[in-house]
Amino acid sequence: MMNVILNIGLNHETAPLEVRECLAKDPKNPVLVLKALRQVNEIKEAFFLSTCNRVEVLCVTDRPSESEQAVTQLLSDLGGIPKERLDEYLFVYQEIDAVRHIFRIASSLDSMVVGEPQILGQIKEAYTLSVAEKTSGVILNRLLHKAFHAAKRVRSETGIADAAVSIAYAAVELAKKIFYDLSDRKVLLIGAGEMAELIARHLLNFGVRSLFVANRTFEKAVQLADFFKGQAVSFEEIGARILEDDIVIASTAAPDYIVTRDLLKGLMRRRRNRPLFFIDIAVPRNVEPEVNEIENVYLYDIDDLKGVVAVNLEQRRSEAIKAERIVDEETIRFGHWLRTLEVVPTIIDLKEKAEKIRNMEMQKSLVHLGAFLPEQLQAVETLTLSITEKILNDPILLLKRKAERPTKDVFLDLTRTLFNLDQDKNEEDENGSQSND
Amino acid sequence: MDFWLFRVSVALILLAAGGLIVFSINQQKPVFIWSLRLLWIGYICLTLLLLFQYRQMGVAPVLTFRAALVFFAWAVLGAYLFLYLKFKLMILGSFIAPPAAGLLILSLLVTAPELTIHPALKNPWLSLHILTSVLGNGMLSVTFVTAVMYLLQERHIKHKRFGSLYKRLPSLETLDNISRYSLIFGFALLTIGIITGSVYAQSALGTYWQWDSKEVWTLIVWLIYAILLHERFAVGLRGRKAAWLSILAFLFLIFSFIGVNFWFSDYHRFENLLRLPLL
Repeated sequence: MMNVILNIGLNHETAPLEVRECLAKDPKNPVLVLKALRQVNEIKEAFFLSTCNRVEVLCVTDRPSESEQAVTQLLSDLGGIPKERLDEYLFVYQEIDAVRHIFRIASSLDSMVVGEPQILGQIKEAYTLSVAEKTSGVILNRLLHKAFHAAKRVRSETGIADAAVSIAYAAVELAKKIFYDLSDRKVLLIGAGEMAELIARHLLNFGVRSLFVANRTFEKAVQLADFFKGQAVSFEEIGARILEDDIVIASTAAPDYIVTRDLLKGLMRRRRNRPLFFIDIAVPRNVEPEVNEIENVYLYDIDDLKGVVAVNLEQRRSEAIKAERIVDEETIRFGHWLRTLEVVPTIIDLKEKAEKIRNMEMQKSLVHLGAFLPEQLQAVETLTLSITEKILNDPILLLKRKAERPTKDVFLDLTRTLFNLDQDKNEEDENGSQSND
Repeated sequence: MDFWLFRVSVALILLAAGGLIVFSINQQKPVFIWSLRLLWIGYICLTLLLLFQYRQMGVAPVLTFRAALVFFAWAVLGAYLFLYLKFKLMILGSFIAPPAAGLLILSLLVTAPELTIHPALKNPWLSLHILTSVLGNGMLSVTFVTAVMYLLQERHIKHKRFGSLYKRLPSLETLDNISRYSLIFGFALLTIGIITGSVYAQSALGTYWQWDSKEVWTLIVWLIYAILLHERFAVGLRGRKAAWLSILAFLFLIFSFIGVNFWFSDYHRFENLLRLPLL
């Protein structure tokens, strides 16, 4: 029976959050799963990936259906989910489909946010673990390295990960296109709200070090400032703050403009024209739209940011088509390699058989030929070796050539019958088991 | 040896310019790295050629319009490579190297008269005057190019329309920084160029300043750049206005570099250097 690549998993599309939670709740799970998979006899190589969006088991097995049962049972035990219920959420891929699936995951084509970069790091981590646990072998090693390769190609040859597809990221990207280095920039957060806080958090992640928070209720400002390790300022100080700060995020419920064109006109000169970036996500707006007409002032309201995201999403979709093509290419290449792998056992058997015959005949003949000098013995060894090698050379080359053809099985079968490889194997196995008794 | 070395360096710089154009489209870093290597080698070859010509003639090689083009292209590329070491801005090369390569091609198309070099030209002050002036022009060309890039990128961000160029262009801050940095260097070199020029004029012609058309135009250029520098550092001018001003200044600079050569006929004209009203 041949080895088969088997992939069993569930993801954000097939399974609801509570199921995924159950499977991913314990960070020690991956090690346990790999250890358990190693115990399953049919499974020769295994890899386990678990993130908040997906759980995937990848294994190499010579009995796919038994292995599938074993893996499902394992996942059911792990998450405490009845097997019948789990079956609804699981998908199973075999062989080339499994290869394509893992390539698509690594290239972030299967992600909730297509093109997000974290998944590749997570796969690399999972792979390192399977290497440490010694559950990956020849096939999975190559498969995962090729998955990294495919992901790298997708990243460098398509623009799939280029553009921000969330409002918060779009805002940060714009800030970087204006200021480049954010570490010396000062940010003023006016008002509170989920989106404003998200943008602030992203800005802090990208190196911003000083954050000021203003709020109608000063207590709230202090609270938020503490949360972000920033500094609270009163609402009346906003004008003075804008003189210093570079990025202003506004999201108050105020009915009128808080920042007006007239206020800024006077400030810009005193700022020595240093650029000022307004992110106004309040509805109704907090910053007068005409502010954008002032030199070195850039104003983006929520609709502008949504527009940026929409354009980027559209672009990402068209880039995804290119990315799928790259994944297909790499899948086909891997398929070629897998097929050459199928002829390898026959070639090995062939070589072993020839070597066995050569050894036996050497033993027999040496008895009759009498004592040889060491050089003579060496010469006879070389002679017999090269005879067997030369005889086998053409059949082996033919098999390697046919590895990619549909007629491969015919030639494999013919070779095995012609050289009587399978009968030899059976005898050998029987002999082996007898001698063990 | 002369022409051979020139051909090699032009070929290398052309290849590099082509590579940089490809890079601006496909954004593949290896393409940039190889183009930059070719550019460095081409630039070094060109430098060797100019040194060789200097040794042979005893004066900085700008006695013909053709040689002036080559020397200018060399200065522009030098300015880019110098600024790359500091700012590592890859995309700038795609805006600088192709025009510089164009100047080299142009230099192959113009004919140059045979020269006999007047001994009065073999004065180190003159060569220093030429070297610093042209290097200054090279730096100020970068100021000009970054100003254009700034205006393009500013348009994207201000009008909220993002073409494919938006992704490829760097941040406004980066462009403004390079613009300011190259302005300081360019202005300093230009100033030294004017001073060394008048020192030479004093020693060769007996007067520091002649009020010939090139001198007048250069003075205008110098004044505009002085205003730009003052506004930038004393008043805090930056962004679009600074970019427009440096574009204006550069147009004057180009006119004084090339235009004066064609429309006026004074001793600064490249070919006229041979007919100096000397001694």
